[in-house]
Amino acid sequence: MFYIYCPYCGEHREEEEFHPKGEAHIARPSDPESCSDEEWGDYLFFRTNPRGIHHEMWIHAVGCRKFFNITRNTASYEILETYRMGEQPSITDDSREPLDVAQARTENTPADNLEGARA
Amino acid sequence: MSNTVNDKIKTFDTRTDAKVPVESPLAYTYRNSGAPAPGQASRAVLRERPFLGHLTLRGGAIVLDEALRAVLDMSLPAEPQSLIYDASGERSVQWISPDEWLLIVPGGEEFELENRLREALGDAHFAITNVGGGQTVLDLEGEAASELLMKSVIYDVHPGHFPVGKGVTTVFAKATVILRRPSEARWELVVRRSFADYIYRWLLDAGAEYAIGVEK
Amino acid sequence: MNQLNRLDRGGRVDRSRELSFTFNGQSYRGYAGDTLASALLANGVDIVNRSFKYSRPRGIVAAGAEEPNAVVQLGSSEAGQVPNVRATQQALFDGLAARSTNGWPNVQRDLMGLVGKLGGGFMPPGFYYKTFMAPASMWMTYEKFIRKGAGLGRAPAERDPDTYDHVNRHCDVLVVGAGPAGLSAALAAARSGSLVILADEQEEMGGSLLDSRERLDERPADQWVADVVTELSAMDNVLLLPRTTANGYHDHNFLTLHERRTEHLGETAPEQEGRRPVRSRLHRVRAGRVVLASGAHERPLVYGNNDVPGNLLAGAVSSYIRRYGVVPGSKLVLSTSNDHAYRAALDWLESGRDVVAIADARAEPSGELVEQARAQGIRIIPGAAVIEARGQNRVSGARVARINIDDFRVEDEGELLECDTIASSGGYSPVIHLASHTGARPTWRDDILGFVPSLVAGVQAAGGVQGIYSTPEVLVDGWTAGAEAARAGGFEALEADLPSVEMRRDGEAVALYQVPHQKATLRAPKQFVDLQNDVTAAGIEVATREGFESIEHVKRYTAMGFGTDQGKLGNINGMAIAARCLGRAIPEVGTTVFRPNYTPVTFGAIVGRHCRELFDPKRYTAMHQWHVEHGAEFEDVGQWKRPWYFPRRVQGRQESMHEAVARECRAVREKVGILDASTLGKIDIQGPDAREFLGRVYTNKWAKLAPGRVRYGLMCKDDGMVFDDGTTSCLAENHFLMTTSTGGAATVLEWLELWHQTEWPELEVYFNSVTDHWATLTVTGPEARKLMSEVTDIDLDRDSFKFMDWREGKVADVPARVFRISFTGELAYEINVQANYALHVWETLFAHGEKYELTPYGTETMHVLRAEKGFIIAGQDTDGSVTPEDLGMYWAIGYDKPFSWIGKRALTRPDTARADRKQLVGLKPRDPGVILEEGAQIVFEPEHAIPMPMKGHVTSSYYSPTLDSGFALAVVKGGHHRMGETVYLPMVDGQVHEAEIVSPVFVDPKGERQNV
Repeated sequence: MFYIYCPYCGEHREEEEFHPKGEAHIARPSDPESCSDEEWGDYLFFRTNPRGIHHEMWIHAVGCRKFFNITRNTASYEILETYRMGEQPSITDDSREPLDVAQARTENTPADNLEGARA
Repeated sequence: MSNTVNDKIKTFDTRTDAKVPVESPLAYTYRNSGAPAPGQASRAVLRERPFLGHLTLRGGAIVLDEALRAVLDMSLPAEPQSLIYDASGERSVQWISPDEWLLIVPGGEEFELENRLREALGDAHFAITNVGGGQTVLDLEGEAASELLMKSVIYDVHPGHFPVGKGVTTVFAKATVILRRPSEARWELVVRRSFADYIYRWLLDAGAEYAIGVEK
Repeated sequence: MNQLNRLDRGGRVDRSRELSFTFNGQSYRGYAGDTLASALLANGVDIVNRSFKYSRPRGIVAAGAEEPNAVVQLGSSEAGQVPNVRATQQALFDGLAARSTNGWPNVQRDLMGLVGKLGGGFMPPGFYYKTFMAPASMWMTYEKFIRKGAGLGRAPAERDPDTYDHVNRHCDVLVVGAGPAGLSAALAAARSGSLVILADEQEEMGGSLLDSRERLDERPADQWVADVVTELSAMDNVLLLPRTTANGYHDHNFLTLHERRTEHLGETAPEQEGRRPVRSRLHRVRAGRVVLASGAHERPLVYGNNDVPGNLLAGAVSSYIRRYGVVPGSKLVLSTSNDHAYRAALDWLESGRDVVAIADARAEPSGELVEQARAQGIRIIPGAAVIEARGQNRVSGARVARINIDDFRVEDEGELLECDTIASSGGYSPVIHLASHTGARPTWRDDILGFVPSLVAGVQAAGGVQGIYSTPEVLVDGWTAGAEAARAGGFEALEADLPSVEMRRDGEAVALYQVPHQKATLRAPKQFVDLQNDVTAAGIEVATREGFESIEHVKRYTAMGFGTDQGKLGNINGMAIAARCLGRAIPEVGTTVFRPNYTPVTFGAIVGRHCRELFDPKRYTAMHQWHVEHGAEFEDVGQWKRPWYFPRRVQGRQESMHEAVARECRAVREKVGILDASTLGKIDIQGPDAREFLGRVYTNKWAKLAPGRVRYGLMCKDDGMVFDDGTTSCLAENHFLMTTSTGGAATVLEWLELWHQTEWPELEVYFNSVTDHWATLTVTGPEARKLMSEVTDIDLDRDSFKFMDWREGKVADVPARVFRISFTGELAYEINVQANYALHVWETLFAHGEKYELTPYGTETMHVLRAEKGFIIAGQDTDGSVTPEDLGMYWAIGYDKPFSWIGKRALTRPDTARADRKQLVGLKPRDPGVILEEGAQIVFEPEHAIPMPMKGHVTSSYYSPTLDSGFALAVVKGGHHRMGETVYLPMVDGQVHEAEIVSPVFVDPKGERQNV
C-alpha cells in the first residue's frame, strides 16, 4: 500500500485516496488531423513498461482531485519523487544515482529472476 | 425567490420561504435505523447539522481572498488542509484544493452571499456553486471520538497530526468525507447526501462499544 | 485426569485458578496462564494430530508460532468453530473445547495411517506438482479424498456472533516483537518522545526473557520485563499491543497487525457491560520507522523418525518447564549442535527428572553451559547425534551414534538409549518473514548459519532476527535500533539505559541440519523436514534428482513451507539438504521468501465491519422512503438503490415483474408516469471557455446552443469509442449543467478534469459535481402537461416551452428547474429541485396526479421505453468498442467542428472506418413471444458447421406492451446495410431463434409524441 506525497496537498496520503492513470507525459498531438494512422495509434495504444524508473500519472481522487506525476521504481515500488502537472521529473532513467538498498535487492540478486516463487 | 440573471452566469435560489416540508439527508435513516439517545455512558455523541448553506468556491486564491474579506470579513485559508471560522463560529471556509474552497454558512445566507461574492469578484475567472442540498454536516464529540474516527477514516487523526483548524477530504470506510476539526472537542464530517445513511450507520456500528448516542 | 507432568512449583501459571477443558472430547484440567499446548503436555497428551500425508501420529514440538503439528479446531458450539489454531498460541480458558484437525476417524486409531505404512506410495514427493500438471479435473477427485483424510479444519456453518474491526494507525516507530530486543528498542524510542507501537504475538510480553536462566541487574529476567512493560504502559506516546501478530509488511512501511482481543477469554467474545467487545481487530499501521525484533526460531535437527511424539525443540522444553511448570516427559536425550540448547538439559535436571545423555555434534564442546552440565554429572557424548528415534505413539528410545558431518556419514554403530523425550537443536533461524514480505531477499551468513533480512528503506532489525543471540548484546542492539528509529523521525535519542547482564561464554556451534544415518537417505527411516506438510529429506533428494535445482522449485515440488506453516521450522533444513544433494552451498540453491500472512488471520479480522449491512454503501435518493412505502422492488445501479418496478396488489395477488412493467409502460404511453431520476450524474460547468470545452469533449456541436436550451451529447475517448452520453443545458452564456449516466457520474467528472488539468489548462472553466444537490423527478406521458400545470407557475405552453427547452420557476412551491427532455419518447418534464424538498414535491405531484392515474415507474420500465425509442444506454448497448457511427448517430457527430474533438481523429483510422463493423440495429423476433437473451450471439448461417462465424450480439432485449412483442437492440456486422435481413440466434438449449434486422426505433419513429 503506497504512501504518496501529494504535491498539491503538501503531505503524504494513503494510496486509497489515489487512482493511477497510466504512463505520464503522453501528450495529445497538437494537430491530430495531420498525424499518420501510425502516429495516432502510437499515441493511443503504445506505452512503455520498464523495469525500474517509470513516470506515472496519478490523481488524488479522494482529496484535492488534482492530477500529478510520480517517478516510481516499478521493481522496488519505491516512489522517488512526485511533481505537479506541467513539471518535468528530476529523476530519470539516465540520471540514476548509485544503487540504493531497494534497487540493489532487485538487481543484484541472481535468484531474483526466479519468478512467482513464494510460499 | 430572487433569481438573478446576469448575461454570463445563472444563479438560482433553491430555497423557499413557503411552508413546505423539508427533509434532511438523514430523515429516512432516523426512521429506518433509529437514533439511540446519548446516555451517561456515551463516550461519543453524533449530531446532524442539516440545511446549512454550502458553497463551493473555485478560482485563484488572491481574488477569492479579497472578495471574502470584503463580503464576509474572513480571509481565505491559503495553506493546504486549513480551515478558518469567523468570530461567531457559524461561518467557515476550508481549503479543498489549490483552486477550491468550501464555504459553509447558516442556512439561508448562501444565495445572497453568492451574489455579493460574484459582485465583488467582477470579471475574475472563478466559479461559485451551491451544493447545500447535496451535503450535510455531522458533528462528532466525546472522549472516544478520535478513536471512533480511527476505525472509520484512513487519515491520521492523532492530535499531533490533526490539530484544531485542519480539514481534509479522505476515505471513510467505503465512502468519502470531508473531515474537519473546529475545536479540541468537536469533529465535523461533511458528507454527501446519498452517502449519509451509510456513514451514519457505520458510525453507530463502530461506535457501539463507546455507547454512541445521537442528539436530534 | 491428573496433570502428571506438572511441577509443584515454578512457571508463570496461576495454580490457584484451575481451568477445565476438553481435547477430542476428553476432559482435562490446566491452570490460568497455560496455553492449550502446555496444558496438554501437563496432562501427558502425546498425540495431538495425524500428519497430513502419511497420517503418522504427531505431538507438540514447539512452544510458539512455529508449532507445525498442534494445529487444532477450536469451538464447543457451531458458531464458535475456529480452524487452524496453534495450541501453542491459544491461551487456556475455562471450558475451552478443541479437536485435532487431522485424523479420520480419530487420532489414536487412524485408518489413513495404513496409507503411510504402505510406504507413502499414495502421495509420493511431487504429488502436488504432478497433480497440478495433470488435467484439472483430476485435482477435483484428489482434493475430496485429501480433504476428507487430512482435514484442514473447517469454517463454522452458523453465523459468527462476534464483531471485528479495523483501526487505522500512524506512528513514528513500530516495534515488532517484545522480547529483549523489542522491549529495549521500544524503551529507547518511547523515552525520546516518539509515538511508539509495540506489538507482540504472545500472551505476555518478554519473549525469551520469560524463560531465561539469566539475571538482569541481579534480578530474574522477568522482573526487568515487568518494570519495562509498566513504564511503557504509563506513557501516553506508547501503544502496547499484546496478543497481536504483525502478519504482513506491505509497501512503504504499511503493516497489518492482527490483535486477538478476546480469544484468551472464550471461544466467542464474552459480554462486558451488556455488550460484546470486538473480538479481533486488524490494525492498519503506517509507520515512520519499523524495528523488526521478531527474534529467531530454533531449528530442529533432521533425523530418523524425528516426528514421533516426544521429539521436541530444545528451547521448547525449557519454555514448558520454566514458563509453564510442565516437564513434557521423564527421560531426556538432547541432541545439539550448540551450547544454548544445554539449557534444556539443565532445566530438565533441575525439575527432578532424568537426563539420559546429551549427544553433542561437536568434537570438543566447551562453553559455560557445557561445563555446568558436566558439573551436574550429565553424560555428554561428543561428536555424536541422535540418528534415529524409536517408538510408535511416543518416543521409547534414541539411537545415538558418532557422526562425521563433513563426509555426511555415521562413524559407528552407536547405542540405543532408552528415553521418552528427545530434544534437538541445530541452532537458530532468524524470523525474517516480515522483512521478506517487502520483497527484500535475505542474506546468508555463515557465521550464524542463517539468513538475515535485507532491509528496505525505513526499517531496522534488532536482536535475534539479526543473528544476535546473547542477551546483553541483544539489549544493546535493540536500544540502538530504537534510538535510531526515533532519531530518523526527528526525535532526540537518549543515552542507553540498560540492565547489566553477564556475558555468557559460549563454545562455537557447528553446522548440522540433516543428521546422517547408516542407511542412505532414501532408505533410512523417514527424516522429516517439514512436519506440517510431511516433507522428508528423501523427498527433497528425489526432487533434486528430478532436476529441481532451485529451492523455490523444490518447494513447489514437495510442498515444503506451504500453507499456514510458511516454512518456519523446515525451510533452512530443506535448503541445506537440497544444497547437500546438489553439492552446493546453501545460498547457491536460492534464497527464500515468505508471503503474508505470517500466521493465519481470521476472516473476521480481514473483513472488519465491511460486512452485512455495511458491506458496501447503499446510496439513497431523497424519495427513498416513499419508494419503500409503496412496495418498490429495488435494483442496484452502482451503489444506488433505484426502484426497479412497483408491483401492485391486484385482486389479492402481487403482480409479477412482467405484469407490473407492462402496466407501468402503458401508463407512460397512455397517461402519465413518474420516475425518480435523481441518480443521474450532474455537473455544474462555469467559465468563459465552458462552451469551447464542451465542444472538445462532446462529439456534436455546442457553439450555438442558446441559454434556455438543452442538447443531447455523446462522449468518446480518443480512440473514437463512445463512453458516456447525456444532456447538457445552457443555463447562461458561460454556464452549463451537464448530466451523465448514473454509473458515469464520477468517471465523467474525472474525465473533464483530466483534459482540463493535463491538456487544456488555459481554458477558463470549472466543473463541480451537483449530483446530490439536485433531486430529479421525471414526469412523462401524454397527460404530463396537464399534471404539471396544476403544480407549477411555469408557462407550459407548447410554443413557449418547447421540446429541448428548460425553464425555471416553482413546482409545488419549491424553486425548480424544469427540462423538456425525454428518455421515453413521450412528452416529458424533468424537474430538478434541491434534494431536501424533493419528497414534498414528489408527494404533491401524487396529490394532484390521481385523476391522471399518475403511475410511479422504475428502471425496468425506463429501459423498455427507451429501448422502444432506440435510445442507448452507454455501457449496455456500448462496450468500449462502439463508435458514434456504429450507433448510426451521424446527427450527433460534428465532423466540421474547428477543434479536433476527442475521438474524431480515430474515426478515420482504417479499423474504425471498416464497413463490417458491428453496428446498432433493432431486432424483431419472428415469433413475437420470444424475448431474445441479452448477450446472445448472432449468426447469418445457422447451418454452418460449428464454430459458426459470429456476427454480432444482442445488447438490450425486452417485451414491449406497446408492440405486444419481444424486441431487441443488437450490434450486427454491417447491420446498417442489412435492414430486413434475417439473422439467427442459436441458444444453449439447441433452439435457434430467428429475427429480422429493423431500425432500432420501434415506437414513434418521427418523434412526434415527445414534441407535443
